[in-house]
Parts: sequence; structure tokens; C-alpha cells
Amino acid sequence: MSEAPAASATQPVTATDVAAAVQVTGVDKVFVGKKKATVTALENIDLTVAPGEFVSLIGPSGCGKSTLLRLIADLDTPSTGSVTVFGKTARQARIDQEYGIAFQQAGLLPWRTVTGNIELPLELHKVGSAARKARSAELLALVGLSDFAESYPDQLSGGMQQRVAIARALAESPRLLLMDEPFGALDEMTRERMQTELVKITAETGAAVVFVTHSIPEAVYLSNRVVVMSPRPGRIRDILTVSLGSAAERNEQLRENEAFFENVSKVRELLHGEAPVGVRGVETR
Amino acid sequence: MTATTVTAPAPGAGTASKQPAAGGAGAGRLRTILAPVLLGVVALLLWQLAVVVFDIKPFIVPAPLSIGGEFGTNIATVVAGAVVTGGNALVGLVIGGIVGIVFAILAALVRVVDELSVAIVAALAVIPIVALAPVLYTMFGAGAETARQLVAAIAVFIPVYINTLRGLRQVRPVHRDLLHVYAASAWQMTRTVTVPGALPFIFTGLRIASSLAVISALIAEYFGGPVGGLGKSITSAASSSNYNLAWAYVLGAILVGLVFYCVTLAIEMFATRHYRPTS
Repeated sequence: MSEAPAASATQPVTATDVAAAVQVTGVDKVFVGKKKATVTALENIDLTVAPGEFVSLIGPSGCGKSTLLRLIADLDTPSTGSVTVFGKTARQARIDQEYGIAFQQAGLLPWRTVTGNIELPLELHKVGSAARKARSAELLALVGLSDFAESYPDQLSGGMQQRVAIARALAESPRLLLMDEPFGALDEMTRERMQTELVKITAETGAAVVFVTHSIPEAVYLSNRVVVMSPRPGRIRDILTVSLGSAAERNEQLRENEAFFENVSKVRELLHGEAPVGVRGVETR
Repeated sequence: MTATTVTAPAPGAGTASKQPAAGGAGAGRLRTILAPVLLGVVALLLWQLAVVVFDIKPFIVPAPLSIGGEFGTNIATVVAGAVVTGGNALVGLVIGGIVGIVFAILAALVRVVDELSVAIVAALAVIPIVALAPVLYTMFGAGAETARQLVAAIAVFIPVYINTLRGLRQVRPVHRDLLHVYAASAWQMTRTVTVPGALPFIFTGLRIASSLAVISALIAEYFGGPVGGLGKSITSAASSSNYNLAWAYVLGAILVGLVFYCVTLAIEMFATRHYRPTS
């Protein structure tokens, strides 16, 4: 109740910064564990995501890509530095429901139908039942699950559950989508189909996306820019601009495209470090 | 088991997928029911045989057939007794269940309640609750059923409270994150995620408590109060050396306990039918 979204809050758009979808400035994240042992999860992160832009965060396990996403989502707070979403603090942006989110686990409530799950955020934010019904029907059509409106999550396959989760993330028409390996638990074929659908959905909604993954082809296929991260401490090693056309132009044929493979190998090179002789762990110590 | 049939998004696939599951479970379920029934019948036969062969006297153990006969001829009084005892157990189950669930929700929401109640619940769990019956009879008058219902309610409260509280603490991290992202209030979190998520635990508590309710209501009758219940009938039949009748009432008590258990189990299975863990 204390954190009810102030939908009408007109945020002061500062003239200097035309409200980037996400602005991460000088962020460090240090976790303090037991016996005061500290783990530096993120170090000196600067990242700007423009409205409507699709940005992937890629890197090996433990490079802090999920942590970075959680900072943007205000599920965690940075140790130093600042995170703003559409010009607001991460906390305010969360309270105002500026973004939708999807996790690796679909995280559906098993006791609610598909419709009930998609309507959950709308229900929590006091949207009327007629408006909820209309919106969930629209979203079900968007993710191709209209026939399963009254099914329960346990009656759906993993891919279908993930599509429900994406529909739920889109429920309040956010201008920003945060996705933490949403297709990580799916098989390769379902995964490729979901990627194509996601590209289509982002083209239709025009939302900016921050997408965490550890699949190189997935990152290249989906993104305008790929942020390559390195582990311990988590840093941005490089940012690759993928020029494979707008979301509307991307389709299944792209996967066979020469330019696609070129970008895939570029990301791979960046991931494994420029110096091929340098075995692991050499770079920053 | 449904996932394989549902991958093709064809209309009606959702309902069609249930059929093979139900058919496959049918044979297995028959076997799980048949085996214990068979064992029970064999045990009864051996019992009857032992009583006849060794000429065991009824005050030690009567034969199942004579218990059955007595049960048949006195079915009306057994049913009347079962209604009284079962009624007390039911009132106790409902009151104890509601109080247990509400208290657990409070304890999960407010830390102080939790800390204060730990000692009280531990103390309650240690008290042999039926021992309270004589005291309660003098409090509420020996002519009322209140004392028995209270004893049952207290016996029910403990497992329901403990199980519910444990269930309320099992919220999955992904659900917690999700509700945090939605800026949901503590009460919204409780209503939409915590309590529904705890339902399997709540029902397990109620199922355990249902048998306790019957036992407590029955035993409480041994210590006084109005006549008519199964407990009183057992003691009076036994004290007038009518052992077969006493055993017939025991059989009635067993049946009441079974009904309570099976009904709570059925409700549990219905309410949690979609709770199989999803991805």
C-alpha cells in the first residue's frame, strides 16, 4: 500500500539527459559474506540503454550479469555509483512500474490460471476487472496462447510457461523489459522459436530490453548491442554493436546469414579475451 | 506427464492431456487400494481363527464376527454416539483450525507475535491436553459439550499452527522478487502468494489434526460430561461386562476417525491439485 504506483507522476525530464531507458554510472557491487569476506560482483560499470534499444549482457557464470540486472530492477542496491531508469532512481522506477521483468524460472503462481497469472500485476495495481480481462486477452493473443487462457501452469510445457511469464511482464505496457535468461531452461528448438517471437514482440511494443544470457547466438540474434562481461570482478570488457537491421527485419533466415556468423565469432573472440595466448585469469591481476 | 501432450498448441489439448494420466493412474490406484484391503481381510480371518481355535474369552479379545454382529444390532446407538462425538470433533477441528491458521499468519507477518508464541505453543504441545478435560468440565458445567470441543480445538491448534507457519515461510525466491518488483504491500504479498503457497502445508496440518480431534473428543468423554457419545458408551459397556458391545463402539470410533481423515485428505487433494512444482 505504501508503495502504490503513482501512475500520474510526471517525472522531471532533465534537459541534459533525454531520459535514457537505463543509465548505469560508475557502479560497484560488493557482497559482504560471512566473516566479512567480501566478493566484488561488479566493478566500475557504465552502461546506457536508449529507449527502444535491445541490449544483451553476456559473459561466463559469475561475471555479475544477473547482479547488474537486479540492480536495474531495484532487487538489490549498488555499493557505489547510481542507476537510473527513465531519469528516475531505480527505486522510484520500480514503484512507478516503469519496467516489466521475466526470470529464468517462469515463476508462475501454480494456483492461478494462465489468465490469473497475467492479470496478477494489474490486480495488484487496482486495474478494474473489465480492463484486466481485455488486456490479458490481448496479451494471450500476442504470445499465441489464447486457447490456454483457463489452463493451469502445470498443464503447460516449459516454453508455454515462459511465454505466459513474458505476457505477464508486458501486462502494464512497460517501456523497458528486463529479462534474466528467460530461455535458459528451454530446449534449443523451443528457444529459437521463442527468440523469434521475442523479436516480433519488441518490434510491436517498441520497448527497450536488457537481456541477460550466456548464449552467444541468442545475444547476437536478438540485440542491437551486446555487452561482453568478464568475471571476478565483473566488468564490462567490451560492447559490440550488432548491425543486423531493425527488429522488424530480423527473422529465421538471419540465423543462416554471413553477417550473423561474423558477429557471433566477434562476440566469441571478445568473450575469450583478445590475447589468445593468455590462459584464463591473466587479464587483470 | 501432461507436458508431452500439450506442446502442440491445438484447441482442447489441455483437457485431452488429462485422460492418459487418469487412465495410467487407474490401474496403479486399484493396486494400492486392493493390497491393504486384502491384508486387512487376511488379518481379520487369522484373528477369528485364533479366537475360535484357542478359545479366547471375550473379555480378552472377542471374535471379529461377534463384534460385527453386535455392531449390526446396535447400529442406531452407535450412529447416535458417532454423531455426538463426531460433532464435537468437527467443532473442535473448525475452531482450532481457524485459530491456528489466523495465528500462524499473524506470526508470519509480525515478528513479535512469532517470538511470543514460540514458548506458548511449545508449552501447549507438551501438555497432555486431554488432562485438561476434568478442569474444563467444572468450568463449563458437566452438562455441556463445550469442554470436549475445547479439548479437541486445542489439540487441533498445535499441528495446524506449526504446519501453517512452516508453509508460510516457504515462499519461492522468484515469487518474492516478483512481488517486490510489483511494489506489493505486505498484505498483498500474504494474500496473493504466501497463503496460497502455504496451502499444501495447511492441509497437511489439518489432516493430521483431524484424527487428533476425534481422539481428543473421544477420550475427553472418559473424564465426565453428558452421556451419549462413543467414549462414554465404550466405558459404560465395558464396565457392565458387555465386551462385544464395547468393541462395537470402538469400531464406531475407528470409523469416525477414518471418515475425518478421508474427508480432509479428499479436500487436500482437490485444493492442491495444481501444486505440482512447475519449472
